Amino acid sequence: MLEPESTRPPAPISSNGGPKIGVYVCHCGLNIAGKVDVKAVVEFAASLPHVTVARDYKFMCSDPGQELIQQDLRDGLVNRVVVASCSPLMHETTFRRATAAGGESPSHFQMASIREHVSWVTADGDEATEKAKALVAGAVRRVALHEVLEPRQSPVRPDVMVVGGGIAGIHAALTLADAGKHVYLVERETTIGGHMAKFDKTFPTLDCAACILTPKMSAVRAHPNITLWTFSDVVSVEGFAGDFRVRVRHRPRYVREDLCTGCLACIDACVHKHGKFDDEWNEGLSKRKPIYIPFPQATPPVVVVDRDACIWFKTGKCPRTCVDACERDAFDFEQTETYDEVEVGAIVLATGYRTFEASKMPEYGYGLYPNVYTSLEVERLLNAAGPTNGEIVLRDGSRPRTVGIIHCVGSRDAKHNPWCSKVCCMYSLKLAHMVKERTGAEVYNFYIDMRTPGKGYEEFYDRILKEGVHMVRGRVAGVTDEAASPEEEGHLVIRAEDTLIGSVRRIPVDMVILAVGIEPQPDAQEVRRLFNISCGSEGFFTERHPKLAPVSTFTDGIFLAGACQGPKDIPDSVAQAGAAAAEALAMIDRGHVTLEASTAFIDEAACSGCKTCVGLCPFGAITFDDERRKASVNEVVCKGCGICVGACPSGAAQQHLFTDAQILSEIEGVLEYV
Amino acid sequence: MTKPKVAFYWCASCGGCEEAVVDLAEDVLAVVDVVEIAFWPVALDFKVSDVEALADGELAASFINGAIRTSEQREMAELLRRKSAVVVAFGACAWLGGIPGLANLSSRESILELVYRGSPSTPDGDGVRPREETDVPEGRLRLPHFEETVHTLDQVVDVDYYLPGCPPPVELIRSAVTALVEGQLPEKGSVLAPDVALCAECPRVKTKPADLRVTEFRRPHEMIAEPETCLLAQGLVCLGPATRSGCGAPCIAANMPCTGCMGPTSRVVDYGAKALSAIASLVAAEEEDAVGEVLRRLVDPVGTFYRYSLPASLLHRRVERETAASRGGAEG
Amino acid sequence: MSEPRFEPRIVAFFCTWCTYTAADLAGISRMQYAPNVRAIRLMCSGRVDPQFVLAAFRDGADGVLIGGCHPGDCHYQQGNYNALRRFELLRLMLSDFGIEEGRLRLEWISAAEGDKVQRVCNEMTEQVRALGPLRLVRGPRRRPRGTSGQAEAERGPGAVEEAELAPVLEMGGREAR
Repeated sequence: MLEPESTRPPAPISSNGGPKIGVYVCHCGLNIAGKVDVKAVVEFAASLPHVTVARDYKFMCSDPGQELIQQDLRDGLVNRVVVASCSPLMHETTFRRATAAGGESPSHFQMASIREHVSWVTADGDEATEKAKALVAGAVRRVALHEVLEPRQSPVRPDVMVVGGGIAGIHAALTLADAGKHVYLVERETTIGGHMAKFDKTFPTLDCAACILTPKMSAVRAHPNITLWTFSDVVSVEGFAGDFRVRVRHRPRYVREDLCTGCLACIDACVHKHGKFDDEWNEGLSKRKPIYIPFPQATPPVVVVDRDACIWFKTGKCPRTCVDACERDAFDFEQTETYDEVEVGAIVLATGYRTFEASKMPEYGYGLYPNVYTSLEVERLLNAAGPTNGEIVLRDGSRPRTVGIIHCVGSRDAKHNPWCSKVCCMYSLKLAHMVKERTGAEVYNFYIDMRTPGKGYEEFYDRILKEGVHMVRGRVAGVTDEAASPEEEGHLVIRAEDTLIGSVRRIPVDMVILAVGIEPQPDAQEVRRLFNISCGSEGFFTERHPKLAPVSTFTDGIFLAGACQGPKDIPDSVAQAGAAAAEALAMIDRGHVTLEASTAFIDEAACSGCKTCVGLCPFGAITFDDERRKASVNEVVCKGCGICVGACPSGAAQQHLFTDAQILSEIEGVLEYV
Repeated sequence: MTKPKVAFYWCASCGGCEEAVVDLAEDVLAVVDVVEIAFWPVALDFKVSDVEALADGELAASFINGAIRTSEQREMAELLRRKSAVVVAFGACAWLGGIPGLANLSSRESILELVYRGSPSTPDGDGVRPREETDVPEGRLRLPHFEETVHTLDQVVDVDYYLPGCPPPVELIRSAVTALVEGQLPEKGSVLAPDVALCAECPRVKTKPADLRVTEFRRPHEMIAEPETCLLAQGLVCLGPATRSGCGAPCIAANMPCTGCMGPTSRVVDYGAKALSAIASLVAAEEEDAVGEVLRRLVDPVGTFYRYSLPASLLHRRVERETAASRGGAEG
Repeated sequence: MSEPRFEPRIVAFFCTWCTYTAADLAGISRMQYAPNVRAIRLMCSGRVDPQFVLAAFRDGADGVLIGGCHPGDCHYQQGNYNALRRFELLRLMLSDFGIEEGRLRLEWISAAEGDKVQRVCNEMTEQVRALGPLRLVRGPRRRPRGTSGQAEAERGPGAVEEAELAPVLEMGGREAR
């Protein structure tokens, strides 16, 4: 475990003897002096206990202003500094630095905001002056009790882990690896590629998904700086920003990854003549054998044996023709789970999404009527490597002549997911185009709003309109096979109000495609706990700030990329992945993290082992030693909120810069004199 | 060599502290062996005049229990202070106000009204109240003044040491007396008990989860608690985490939650406020209504959190609108 | 001769990330409001210890305001929930103390809501003004440690009187006023 190093401020620290407080009241031009009687505040400050110097100046934050403070410090007139000026959120750092430059600990400083909180908001000058005095008194009383705190830093490990091998994870990994960092890319499935690898074409360009994705997948496999671990997942994460220890589990394929060449002879040779088990990659639309590879370009190109389906594992009686077929002797049925423990400085989470379960909306008939499909199933049908070799056919193998595409399935829905999944309008237009192109069918899109905000998206919509796809603006009430008229016999009927013409329509179709929305992965809560980050109420990982910090989290060193943070399309996922990689790089290259100053600490002798604090810490910064029955705060992980301090029933927990004594004296100060 | 003289006195108290001394059992003989008890109204026949006759500081120590409610108690406390080198606030009442301190939730007037007229067991009559001065043929009779507010001992006289507990545990009494006699007392102003909360010595603490969340508070009469499991984890309001240890956790051994008689640690300014904070922080609910619902099950919060410490608390007593009496300057 | 108008003194505990920032925003926007609220900055509303609230009342505050981030938005994720829980129990208990509802207030104010700071400060000032001064009957001062004559002699000249600096630091021990 790396030890945090201390960095010393430039000048020697001195704070001998009792407090000698210097109070500096700023005019801030006329911003303060125009309302507050600054001289009266100075006079008042001089009368407070332990105040040895009280001055005023036009602009305390300027160089001469700061020099006033430093000179008094050097002359030994003061060893505690109070500046009454603007907001501490503005200049606390400035004045702390000035205090340090004068040879005093930067923590022997307190600010009173008499601009934002007094002169700018109070109408009457006398009242403003009185309030300024009260706030100054609070600061003076408080600063007398400040302790010496040295800023601390902790080194950052050079490697990075990317969790999730979809397009976001792949892009982040490549970016980091190209920058010279060693990357561990951990993917749960047997291949990287994520959802994008399942698509046929991508909007709005109708690029072939595999064509643009597979080069990147190959680049990952070939990159000297990337360690690719597929069929693997993270089981534990310990440590903190800059120093994470991650334990990764590798599940057994029963085939040696270093020997298999992906020739697939074993699959042909399998005793099962035909597939018998649901092929998950093809969304259950086809069957596979116990030994399989998800798709031809799977990366790494290594087969996997499904232990639950394989006869050898189930009965022990199988001639194992697969083994005979393997020229490389790559099989190893004795394989077990293995583990690796790695140390990394930063982690990028790119764990992706899942689609809404259409069966939750029985009114749309999924699972009830055979020819109701989800969009993801149709992507597999469209894909040349899919179950129908790219043909759009109904379950009976015939071509559909009318197809209905229902938008917003599970999205924008108070009963299911309230959010808009952002990509469904665009992919529904894409599917409309491709289905029409492949089958010549009449296609109807049923939408609520058409959301096409990206580059080239509106133009794509225009094109689809020109291709003669029918648009019905109305939320679909239901899908039924009950015919209400002869034309509807043998068809599925979509019922929707066409709000543009103001009447309910029944449109008979052969095939219904449900544009299912994007949801968090089902294990998002477990994953977020593993990494000590949070999820929003919808279940997507929470970014540090929705506008200004979309790829970092409240846990330093953990970054987000892609749909795990919220629904988004491929361009945004890639952009976000690049951003996450950049922020991770910034951290790694800086080489250290500066630790929070106002951390909590527990007086070990005083701790009774009541454990009240342990579960209250949102960051898991408090550990409990069961042997010694003591709690302690990891000051590298501690973010300095003080929740534990407020709760500690015996006062054993305190917070640097916000101790009970300091705050109580500030309370006394603001009330005692004025 | 003369043995050091000590005094025991009781103010507004229940007598339990006196019994605690007796609970030293045969050890009390060891005490009597090394000290001379110069004043102990409950057990010995010395008079106040005997105390007044002593020189100032002649008593090595006075152990004063009970809170200060009447002028007599105040005068006796002041007398004993003058005559003693060391004054020990003995028990929760003397240190923090104790159970009698809960009277600070009522006004003097309402108490006297209830006792002498309003209570169901007072016979209907003329609502006669005792008078502080009455002339009788034999002379003038005086009764102590019943003060407006209950005070702790150290709000009335300087106190050198505090012995917590309701009553102080026998072991702590034994140690305190021994320390006094051997001249081994700690820094003045100290509380003579470990400065760490009860969980440190509670036999059930291993069963207390680190991420305890309370969804419902229970009261002792509503359940029979599991005898080996942390009481707080079972929903009972156990104030052990906020209360000093040193008592051996006898209440816990009796399957009852700690009520806080050993008072706070030295790092706490207001016992009730800290105990309240700890208990509230354990509530699982996050939404205002849900939180309120869970907390409303805590019947009588003041009585729960300030059972022994109301006069010593930051607010000291229930706020009464300023009356002539309270405006009349220093209390008592 | 009319009485001077009662000016309530209200102590506020504002969290750095939301409420204090909102108060700064009110300042930058030059929103004028009653000067009766004196804000003390904490990192998080979850730091607010009920002892602070009671100490404020004891030290002369007529009202106490706690400001934190909206539920779900706490910079430290859970802090404001803890503030809420403690506030709810404190509120129940303060009524037993005869401290009227309205003297203790908890508000969720996000960093963008400078106008809410203005509104809440004005509202609370008027509300507490109507309730009148709190005027606690305070407990008499406790004597500082060791004033049986000993300490004065022990302290040399020029030594800092710690008791002067620190406020009440323990219950039943020394108190520095």
